[in-house]
Amino acid sequence: MNNLATDFERLTQKAEAERKKLGAVRDQVVQALYREAQQIAEKVVKKEENKRDLDRTIDNIVTSKLLGYPLMLALLSFIFWLTISGANLPSALLADLLFGFQHRLTAFFQWVGAPAWLHGVLVLGMYRGLAWVVSVMLPPMAIFFPLFTFLEDLGYLPRVAFNLDRLFKKAGAHGKQILTMCMGFGCNAAGIIACRIIESPRERLIAILTNNFVPCNGRFPTMITMAAVFMGVLVSGYNTFAASFLVAGVVVLGVLVTLAVSWVLSKTLLKGVPSTFTLELPPYRLPKLGPLLIRSVLDRTLFVLMRAVVVAAPAGAVTWLLANLQVGDLSILAHLAGWLQGFGHAIGLDGFIVLAFILGLPANEIVIPILIMSYLAQGMMLELDSIDALRELLVNNGWTWLTTLNMILLSLLHFPCATTLLTIRKETQSTKWTVLAALIPTGIGILVCFGVTQIVRTLGLV
Amino acid sequence: MGLTAQSTGIYAFLEELSRSPVKADAVVALAGNPNTGKSTVFNGLTGLNQHTGNWPGKTVVLAKGNYRHRNKSITLVDLPGTYSLLANSADEQVARDFICFGDPDATVVVADATCLERNLNLVLQVIEITPKTILCVNLVDEAKRKRIEVDCPKLERSLGIPVVPAAARDKVGLTDLKEAIHKVVFGKQRNRPKRIVYNQAIEAVIGELQGEVKRLFQGKFNSRWVALRLLDGDPTLVNEMRNYLQRRQPKAEPFLEKGEGVKGFEQLSNRF
Repeated sequence: MNNLATDFERLTQKAEAERKKLGAVRDQVVQALYREAQQIAEKVVKKEENKRDLDRTIDNIVTSKLLGYPLMLALLSFIFWLTISGANLPSALLADLLFGFQHRLTAFFQWVGAPAWLHGVLVLGMYRGLAWVVSVMLPPMAIFFPLFTFLEDLGYLPRVAFNLDRLFKKAGAHGKQILTMCMGFGCNAAGIIACRIIESPRERLIAILTNNFVPCNGRFPTMITMAAVFMGVLVSGYNTFAASFLVAGVVVLGVLVTLAVSWVLSKTLLKGVPSTFTLELPPYRLPKLGPLLIRSVLDRTLFVLMRAVVVAAPAGAVTWLLANLQVGDLSILAHLAGWLQGFGHAIGLDGFIVLAFILGLPANEIVIPILIMSYLAQGMMLELDSIDALRELLVNNGWTWLTTLNMILLSLLHFPCATTLLTIRKETQSTKWTVLAALIPTGIGILVCFGVTQIVRTLGLV
Repeated sequence: MGLTAQSTGIYAFLEELSRSPVKADAVVALAGNPNTGKSTVFNGLTGLNQHTGNWPGKTVVLAKGNYRHRNKSITLVDLPGTYSLLANSADEQVARDFICFGDPDATVVVADATCLERNLNLVLQVIEITPKTILCVNLVDEAKRKRIEVDCPKLERSLGIPVVPAAARDKVGLTDLKEAIHKVVFGKQRNRPKRIVYNQAIEAVIGELQGEVKRLFQGKFNSRWVALRLLDGDPTLVNEMRNYLQRRQPKAEPFLEKGEGVKGFEQLSNRF
């Protein structure tokens, strides 16, 4: 080895030793640069400030240490409250309409003399599955997406990123990860594509692997429904306020898990230091209502709904077949659920629920429809036009508040849907990371549900 | 071996530059934040009829073009638009490597007059590397509409480098910019760029490291900047420095090192 090279290595080692003594050198350097830039700009730039000033005042409030987090939480709860309470009535109306049409379909099938199995697969399986997905999913989405798009267009999301940046940096992740999580609210597959905005491959991979911890639109209806059932079981009578807080709490839990997993990843498999980045805080702009509605309804609501419908129809048919084809004295579905019963019980669920999650791999939207279908021995769905009817069915099948809670937790913490997994495969070009993206949340979900269940049972709370 | 995909791109690019049939009198780098009208300045200076070569790196595109001013031929290299040179991304690494190792005769930073403060971060980072820097404050027309005024003479005094206001879309200020480049490149003007002073602890260590840096690199790079970056511990830059020393001593025994360049997912996958 020549002298120059050895000397250089010695020099870098010395620099490294000094760096360890000084602490976050990069931060100090960046701070000094920013301060200098600010001082010079103040001297040479003359602005007639009016609107900008208002922006700054708002920013000082929404990104303040004291009010930043409470405001975010309040806003989140408020959006869920609007979504849940606003969706109740149209959901019931849609259910009435769609399930009402089913009687006509049945009458039609009888009139043409179609065999019972055909009627079963097409009407009791496919159509009912579809009707459920549409009536349960469409109203909340039609409310949630415009509200979310409003916040996006208003320019609030970068402020959220700004608020959470510190936490994410501590977890070894990139501040822009928050923006990708916001996209994940709509659809995790979209969130994973959005991870392209993160330049560093390490941090981008962390963001991809953890995006699933943001409940996507396919899982919101499950959570909202479960929250409503849960509150009904716990406190008799249905309370939208409590339900919205519960859903907001689940989202916060998702963010906490994201932070924890990001931290572990950045200390183990994906070691490294988070990179510094410039986040632009764009000026606040009041969105135009027309384009906002068109964009959020056409691009998001209908897009996600179509995806759900495409999956729900065949899944409904398959579930009907599984629930009606008998092997021995039990249906195939019952056999499968029987095998899963022990495992399901250990994590505070039952075999049917675990099976519903597994069969729901193509799309999370169909987990509850599958579950309901399997609970009904004859393999068709009740006309569940109200939360109370659903609650009755669940309680009759041995559900307690613990089951509901675990259902919500597992809904947040389990493998991503097939579309998301395919997207991860495409973005990472790696099967290993895709498998890991499924294993991490599933593992955490099982652990959390198991822990909660064992604690509750030991304490004798159920 | 130690060369990352990006740096190979740069050196290959530089080699092509030196072999180019029309030998330019000077090479000038063009840096700037994204969306500052950098490309408009580039096209405005080189003219659309000029040959613009695209140089694809892995994710990075360097474009070059030529123009003549005062009977001198200048090659302009359009660097990727970046917010900083701290090498957070492949783009930033390419821009930094070109300004530092590409040894341009001058570097022009294009800034957006409507949000000067953010743009100044990059300017300050560039003048830390090389004093031969010119600042072009672009979009002054748009700033005027937004009732923002930039005092360029004052900015020039604050930064210690030439500052040229421009509205590149309307070809305003481009001749002044050519003139400023000419003066810096051909030594008719010596810049005394402002030095960013860090806190005492960091300054003390920089002072300690600087001497050794000077000896090793024989005044080739700004020793203060190199010392700061070593202290900062940017692995991509440390690698480039190693490569530089190896290239200077071709007989040197190559030594093993871990690949610390900008990593792709493939390399991350190897950590399993």
